[in-house]
Amino acid sequence: MRTVEAAPTVGAPRRVVPRHSKWRVRPRRLLFRVSMYLVLLALSAFILLPAGWMLNAALKPDLEPVFTPNPQWWPTHFWHWENFGRVLTGTGVNEPFPFLRYTINTTVIVVGNILGILISCSLVGFAFARLRFRGSKVLFYVLIVTMLIPWQALMVPQFLMFFKFGWYGSYLPLIVPSFGGLAFFIFLIRQYMRTIPRDLDDAARVDGLNTWQIFWRIILPLSTPVLTVCAVFTFLWNWNNLLGPLLYLDNQDKFTVAIGLASLVHRSDTPWNLMMAANLLSIVPPIVVYFFAQKKLIGGIASVGLKG
Amino acid sequence: MRAGDRLCDEVREGGSLITVKARGRRSGIGRLARREERSAYLFLLPWLGGLLAFWIVPILWSIALSGSDWDIISSPHWVGLANFKEMLFDDRHFWLAIRVTLKYMLLSVPLYMVVGLLLSLLLNLKIRGMNVFRTILFIPSVLSGVAVAVLWVALLNPDVGALNEVLRAIGIHNPPRWLASPTWAVPSVVLIGLWGVGGGAIIWLAGLQNIGAQLYEAALLDGAGPWERFRYVTFPMLTPTLLFVLLTSLIDAFQVFDTAFIVSGAQGAVGDSLRFYLLNVWYEGFQNGRLGYASAESWVLVLAAAFVILLIFKTSGRWVYYEYDPERER
Repeated sequence: MRTVEAAPTVGAPRRVVPRHSKWRVRPRRLLFRVSMYLVLLALSAFILLPAGWMLNAALKPDLEPVFTPNPQWWPTHFWHWENFGRVLTGTGVNEPFPFLRYTINTTVIVVGNILGILISCSLVGFAFARLRFRGSKVLFYVLIVTMLIPWQALMVPQFLMFFKFGWYGSYLPLIVPSFGGLAFFIFLIRQYMRTIPRDLDDAARVDGLNTWQIFWRIILPLSTPVLTVCAVFTFLWNWNNLLGPLLYLDNQDKFTVAIGLASLVHRSDTPWNLMMAANLLSIVPPIVVYFFAQKKLIGGIASVGLKG
Repeated sequence: MRAGDRLCDEVREGGSLITVKARGRRSGIGRLARREERSAYLFLLPWLGGLLAFWIVPILWSIALSGSDWDIISSPHWVGLANFKEMLFDDRHFWLAIRVTLKYMLLSVPLYMVVGLLLSLLLNLKIRGMNVFRTILFIPSVLSGVAVAVLWVALLNPDVGALNEVLRAIGIHNPPRWLASPTWAVPSVVLIGLWGVGGGAIIWLAGLQNIGAQLYEAALLDGAGPWERFRYVTFPMLTPTLLFVLLTSLIDAFQVFDTAFIVSGAQGAVGDSLRFYLLNVWYEGFQNGRLGYASAESWVLVLAAAFVILLIFKTSGRWVYYEYDPERER
């Protein structure tokens, strides 16, 4: 019930309360604030404590069980930072699991996807936003429909198709489809490009620029905010993607971080400390990107929500 | 003035007549317009190619596959509706997967929606340091399902995991065995998802911040208390967000894979209690090699999802309130 009270404070007009009371500590209001802070702190602890526990577990030596009857929430003896090095090079497990290799592999896939998405989606978004052509309405409906079809329906036939192409075991099935564009990003880019004033195009045409030059020299540079959002989402989705690599990659040398981690967990003899170290390493890039792109990312997620 | 207007109208009408005629002859839309159209299709080319190669061809193919017994190695045989018949009458795993997925859906969707809404109300408070709290609470939403699952497999370990240690410390001597217990396995996955509920709160928060302050002012002047302001202002204005969140969380619940895959293969988990639908499809297709059968199963998933989405859209007119309705405006 307390939280319910929260919403109206957004723009609640001050004039309802006498002016001077702003500076006086009113007990009820103070109590409310304090309890809200306590709830927020508890929730933050719910998020941060497991992460802290993971770091603690990752720094323990192999032989000391992570789980002791009385759990130690902080390493008491030594901090084994070298556990991270062991995970990256893959020493210390019966079968090598070089996470540095996996990180490079995943980066290749991520970069390929970002390139593909940015090239294809900006071209298509531009056409939908600013060019007149017959069939534009129908094609736009088709675009919306493909956004609603769950891709699981296509998991098996796409697999068979790429298998027939001889692409099984390579990165091609994980990268090439991005060059065909993704409906969701095309939609975002189109919405953004529609807000750029038309006068720019007309002026450019008078100056003798053709359609390609208008796209390349005028619209594209103005669209960097939305392109950044698309790139960040592409990075996150591909970095975190498990099912795709699981379907198409069979060779350990080509594993991504996600399946590397999955197979590490699925082996019965993996020491817990190395598993947690690997897990921590795997979440560093998304978190770094999150901190740098936080505003844009949250704005992006929010704008998706507004479409509802 | 009026004459000028009429002239303009005539020219406009005349112009449109010309285009209509020209469309018939297909030659006279004007050189510029034709050139624009040609370049438009060039710009669309990557998407049109992708649409054909990665959507249309696979969709047609997968319809054909659903009626076959293909396993890549041997040549496919047409079996008609036999795959669907087997699913309905002769496949324990299919029904198990449906039960697991439904149980998860009923537990998780209402819970995540209520908690997400409450969390967003909390994060919408104007108090100092809120940006820090928001940053922290949104962190799990950028992490992979794999990373989160790996972390919670360790935390929820029944014998030595941190959660049960805490529970024992506060006097619960027989804490649940979480992922290793058939009854608690699905609720445990719901709990794991609760850790990342901040991602859903972002969308609620955006909805909250779109509500105009003047509505609250009016409500205050009318003497509305906190509960009335929520019930008659905040909540109705949030119904479009509610529709969106309901749809996306249902679709997400249909597609649980990563967590189930990690947990069901990890140390100390019981195999079948987390056989979510998509995981079951994956087992059938890529472990048992029955690609035709898996294809039929994924069509059942798509049809079920489409049915639920349509049902919600059909009823949404009754409970979703749009402040600005472009259709009514005209």
